[in-house]
Amino acid sequence: MAKTITDYFEELRGTRVWRSVFRSGTGSSTLHRALAVQQNVFLHLFSTKVRTRMLSFSTTWYLGTLTFGTLLILVGTGIPLMFYYHPSVPQAYADTKDLQFVVSSGLFLRNLHRWSAHAMVFLVFAHMFKVFYRGAYRPPREFNWVIGVILLLITLLLSYTGYLLPWDQLAFWAITVGSNIASAVPVMGNKVHFLMLGGNVVNANALLRFYVLHCMILPLVAILFVAIHFWRIRKDGGLYAHQSEPTTVAAESVPAAAKGGQFQ
Amino acid sequence: MTDPTSNPTTDPKDFIAGMDSNARKSPTRVVFVTRRTSAQVKVADEDQVQTYPEVLFRALVAIEVLTIALVGVALLFNAPLEGIANPLVTPNPAKAPWYFLGLQEMLHYFPPVVAGVLAPGLVVMALIVIPYFNINIEAEGLFLKDRKRRLLIFYLVAAGLSLFLLVIPEQPMYVALVPTLIVAGFMALAAQNSPQSPSAFRRYLAAKPLSFWIMTWFLFELTVLTAVGTFFRGPGWSWVLPWRS
Repeated sequence: MAKTITDYFEELRGTRVWRSVFRSGTGSSTLHRALAVQQNVFLHLFSTKVRTRMLSFSTTWYLGTLTFGTLLILVGTGIPLMFYYHPSVPQAYADTKDLQFVVSSGLFLRNLHRWSAHAMVFLVFAHMFKVFYRGAYRPPREFNWVIGVILLLITLLLSYTGYLLPWDQLAFWAITVGSNIASAVPVMGNKVHFLMLGGNVVNANALLRFYVLHCMILPLVAILFVAIHFWRIRKDGGLYAHQSEPTTVAAESVPAAAKGGQFQ
Repeated sequence: MTDPTSNPTTDPKDFIAGMDSNARKSPTRVVFVTRRTSAQVKVADEDQVQTYPEVLFRALVAIEVLTIALVGVALLFNAPLEGIANPLVTPNPAKAPWYFLGLQEMLHYFPPVVAGVLAPGLVVMALIVIPYFNINIEAEGLFLKDRKRRLLIFYLVAAGLSLFLLVIPEQPMYVALVPTLIVAGFMALAAQNSPQSPSAFRRYLAAKPLSFWIMTWFLFELTVLTAVGTFFRGPGWSWVLPWRS
């Protein structure tokens, strides 16, 4: 009988080189499937098993997964965009124009990046409300909810800093309106505003600051918190399963345990 | 009861809490519950699947569908690009990104320190503390217990908030008042019902806790203010109709 693709793949998985890369080795037993997750630095953030019920679409609408999907698209399109972009005035605008009209697929890259960014902001909000209405913030998942709120703020900052980069009228005035709000902070408003923009108005310094935040600092912080967010799902007992969470027998039902430890 | 020392083949460690058994052959577990330990016994296992490949495959399909959809949008619609930034020419109106237009709409009614700093700060604080309040964890229907007192508080808060939105802003803030009144209407309906009510919708309302009502009000306000700021505001932040440009 001729070898199938699966056979070749299994053979590949058995080779010395493959086994040196992936620690889990060959085989498709439940143990090996568990090891494939547990022995992988990225996948080990997730639990090896998931309640079957949690896979149905209506439970989560896959909003967390989709949000992560937009993040992947944004990193994937953002890096090639960086190759064609100088964060300086007025070169930034000329580069954006070149992306529209000169660079191969530049228009498509920029379109995909921008629409995915809008989608990410929308999906993060949707994910938050879905988690709330499911009651999935309940203990022991409180802190993962807090990390989620932090990720919401990071997402807004990522989108906001990216908004300035094309250096067109839309970008300039949107950031001017937004950054003026910072001036309203009591006592140190003007200092915060100055720190944010590197000046009293949106200028070349602001563009550079927003570029560094947008392409370097905020993505790194986002990835760090996303990793913690995923890892905490596993640590907190998997995705929240409404009602048929394993029943916890409360301490009160254990005689004399909570009340002094003496049989009365 | 056997004395472990009388049998030379038994390791002293096998002796467990006075039970006469060989722990290696038939493990008998004895739980000691001491003064400061609360016993948590988890029961009921349910169906599970392996993350690899089942869950990862589904996640991959979900992300693929999303990618296809976004690529479709990117092929059909171009990202906006206006003329080069010019500090001397202010567009009218100058609008923030869409997700901040709810705030910008509030700026129209309140001083910047309230609309731009206090309000978003309080929202973020409120979101963070949600899981730390037991009332949110127990999640009982708002009016099911202590009905009279809670109804009184509800009427006072709803009236106070409505009055606040009419009097305090520079002009009456109807865009925020209408969603407030609609949510308050549903809450009043919830107060008239119980888990024994005839219709499923009324039972649903009656079972909803305080956190549900606050969050729903917030979601409603957020949606309305953002939509108004995005589509219905023109030059000088005056009302416009988006389909008439």
